[in-house]
Amino acid sequence: MPLLPVLLSLPVVLLAVGVFAVAAARQPGCSRLVYGLTLAIAMTALGLALAQLLAAPAPATLTLPLGLPWLGAHFRLDALSAFFLIVVNLGGVVASLFALGHYGQHEPEPERVLPFYPAFLASMNLVLLADDAFTFLFAWEFMSLSSWALVMAHHRESATARAGYLYLVMACFGTLALLLAFGLLAGPSGGYDFATIRAGALTPELAALALVLVLLGTGSKAGLVPLHVWLPLAHPAAPSHVSALMSGVMTKVAVYGFIRITFDLLGEPVWWWGGLVLALGGISAVLGVLYALMQQDLKRLLAYSTVENIGIIFIGLGLALAFQGNQMEAGAALALTAALLHAFNHSLFKSLLFLGAGAVLTATGERNMERLGGLIRGMPWTALAFLIGAAAIAALPPLNGFVSEWLTFQAILVSPELPQWLLKFLVPAVGALLALSAALAAACFVKAFGITFLGRPRSPAAAQARETDCYALTALFALAALCLLAGILPGLVVDGLAPVVGLLNGDARLIAQHDQPWLTLVPLVEVKSTYNGLLVLLFMALSGTVAVFLIHRLASNAVRRGPAWDCGFADANPAFQYTASSFSQPIRRVFGSVVFQAREQIFMPPPGDSRPARLEVKWRDPVWERVYAPLAAAVTAVSGRCNSLQYLTIRRYLRLVFGVLVLLLLGIVLWR
Amino acid sequence: MALIADYLAQGGHMLVLLLLAPLLTGWVRTLKAQLLRRRGPSLLQPYRDLFKLLRKEVVLADSASWLFRVAPYLIFAALWVAAALVPSFASGLPFSWTADLIAIVALLGTARFFLALAGLDVGTSFGGIGSSREMMIASLAEPAMLMMVFTLSLLAGTTELSAVARFMLTAEVGLRISLALALLALIMVAIAENARIPVDNPATHLELTMVHEAMVLEYSGRHLALIELAASLKLLLYLSLLICIFAPWGMASVGEGPGAYLVGLAAYLVKLAVGGFLLALFETGIAKMRVFRVDQFLGAALMLGLLGTLLLFVTRSL
Repeated sequence: MPLLPVLLSLPVVLLAVGVFAVAAARQPGCSRLVYGLTLAIAMTALGLALAQLLAAPAPATLTLPLGLPWLGAHFRLDALSAFFLIVVNLGGVVASLFALGHYGQHEPEPERVLPFYPAFLASMNLVLLADDAFTFLFAWEFMSLSSWALVMAHHRESATARAGYLYLVMACFGTLALLLAFGLLAGPSGGYDFATIRAGALTPELAALALVLVLLGTGSKAGLVPLHVWLPLAHPAAPSHVSALMSGVMTKVAVYGFIRITFDLLGEPVWWWGGLVLALGGISAVLGVLYALMQQDLKRLLAYSTVENIGIIFIGLGLALAFQGNQMEAGAALALTAALLHAFNHSLFKSLLFLGAGAVLTATGERNMERLGGLIRGMPWTALAFLIGAAAIAALPPLNGFVSEWLTFQAILVSPELPQWLLKFLVPAVGALLALSAALAAACFVKAFGITFLGRPRSPAAAQARETDCYALTALFALAALCLLAGILPGLVVDGLAPVVGLLNGDARLIAQHDQPWLTLVPLVEVKSTYNGLLVLLFMALSGTVAVFLIHRLASNAVRRGPAWDCGFADANPAFQYTASSFSQPIRRVFGSVVFQAREQIFMPPPGDSRPARLEVKWRDPVWERVYAPLAAAVTAVSGRCNSLQYLTIRRYLRLVFGVLVLLLLGIVLWR
Repeated sequence: MALIADYLAQGGHMLVLLLLAPLLTGWVRTLKAQLLRRRGPSLLQPYRDLFKLLRKEVVLADSASWLFRVAPYLIFAALWVAAALVPSFASGLPFSWTADLIAIVALLGTARFFLALAGLDVGTSFGGIGSSREMMIASLAEPAMLMMVFTLSLLAGTTELSAVARFMLTAEVGLRISLALALLALIMVAIAENARIPVDNPATHLELTMVHEAMVLEYSGRHLALIELAASLKLLLYLSLLICIFAPWGMASVGEGPGAYLVGLAAYLVKLAVGGFLLALFETGIAKMRVFRVDQFLGAALMLGLLGTLLLFVTRSL
């Protein structure tokens, strides 16, 4: 059975569900129906995409008489789109499952969420299936707008309006860059379907320009520094299951766009493309996690950590480009596998963490970590799932985040063979940045989990938090189980990725992993580095169990509860605990004083004055102040000047029109 | 038959580590005391402490959660597995390919992650101060360690520790600047990660500058015993790592039989004793530094590691 028509009809059904929701949003039970239908559709799409990836048949194409009359709408299903369809629809399944429970039912204004949610999912599916520039851009823009509508769902909150505006501006900018990139790719003949673009070849200068435009277009959607500014505002503003989709899944659609255009359409890469992408990835990884460490808002911390992980994915992609530019297929296969695996892994644990944050938000009404704490007692299961997600994103073995970072490190370690001097200096520096970001991510997620779930409650709402419902818990634990499985059986996932890597890499891929002894991960045969998550887990479980058994059997298992010791000074006031900002204070002093110019000021009242002492922390956002604020000021200044053009007399307007006409004619004469 | 012998060697290696760890701690403590002209405790005192703690009941803070009770076992398991992956008396044991050096660094990270969470769990000010400082130190120590790993693996062509150890025994290593930088970086990281002077003081409980001891302040009984044992294992791990990378002489290869293993074990013990002596000497001779000097200390380690890696990216002969 051809899968492509079925996969294409699913977004149409999703759109129909969205249209139905416009009419019925206020009806009781509508939200359950909508989420149930999206769950079923996403599940079907997930199964079909998985079948396509595993069977790995030849790419299927389909042309429909839609869109531009002389072009038609082209669609194509190959290994790359199948893999990203899995990522998108897996996210769709868990987010819909989560929303089936309490969270989705208690939306204050369901008509602002229910119609756009299926449309958002449909548009992401369409982006992945599009096979011509028009369909791609149409679906891409539809994805931007439907997600913008979802960001604006809680439009009465003050921060949301700014987030939505910034998102809209950045999304338009990104689409504009992509539009120009496709214009360059199609060339003067205007062959907009991907098959024609693939067959054509650009001059090196035009290809470089197209690469920069693609980086701007997809990087702004994925959240590469310095195009990330909208992301930490917009992702947290949406309802949590939508945040999970935006951060976990939509950024992957942007990564897909980058891979599709750069690796598939743009032709033979040049080595310095890899250098550019590597540098951007390294900067994004470190800056993203440093920003995340500065946050007190749980969802905003998660959004900034997305910037970090996108950086790690782009490090892998940059390495792959550098290897391909030097005809080193084995290294490129390793780097591509690492990047794709990290994209998959990040979609798992970031969805898990955002859904966990959503459960916390439902239970307490709080996103600010300074008012949370101690939730592990009221919500033990949510806490366990969130802990697994936090450990996975902090790249701890035996979970999945470690595997993809390990593969990226292995790719870096084969790169001394690269001949260019710039890369010889850049790659180890990016390796150091990657190592730094991994260590900082661990600190960041100790903070996120420790301040939110551990300690004593910092507000009455946190003290009274109750466990979330069974739908949400099923979604959370499904993702947690996948994080663990992908961590202990990475060889199987890597094998699943092999057709994708082969497609992008001239059929060079990693060796088959499933017939290695004990399912060990063996990236390259000649480099004898191996990793086996299954055995690490087994050994840890074994030694831990033996310790528990022996100690409880032979020594003591008595427990007595008492007040905390705290060196003899245990105050019952929860304000005596460490807070989110005090936890990151040492890191703020070490890194933030350089990067963010963070300054601490202590206001100490004079003796005899009974006012409390105050500590004030100031830090500045370098990207916003150096790039965006001047840009915004320039735009305002120019538009202020142009404003006077609106109030001219008719004589002046005519003079203006005449002048422009003369100029244009002169231009034509000179050009001829 | 050979397979069974290999598995026995693997099991013996794990047990030796577990049994040796408190002895090493006792050895360093005794030496430090004698260097200060004190008599010091017996070499076996850490074992007595452990047994005493294991038999005592646990006093849990009212606000402690299940994570607080699970964490000691997790930390112990992660550190024991990590330590078992570092060759002691023989290289190439049956499971040595389970995880490479990067994974060992990450396993240490797993242990640290849960220790820091346990520090935050009770909700006290000391626990928080310890956790947040530990993560700050780790945020520099871990990349420094990884840079050291990069240097080694660029030379040896692999990140697997047994293969690295065998490579270091061959003649083609020679004296290299990059290795010297890596050695220095690893020593600095080892001092910081094991909470030794000048970064942290393992012998204090009542100082505002303490890091590791502040995190475990609320632990008692068998939980504390496991944490102490894990800390001893970590010290042993780092010393074993230094020995197996920079002084692998005498180490047996798997399958060489009990005689070679015994020689390897004797060499390992001698090298451990020397390492412990050097540590005690160093700790006695230096003062503890302020917390916000630690970042410069570890930043230097990171830069040394990066420099070593860069040298090797430029030319393989340095």
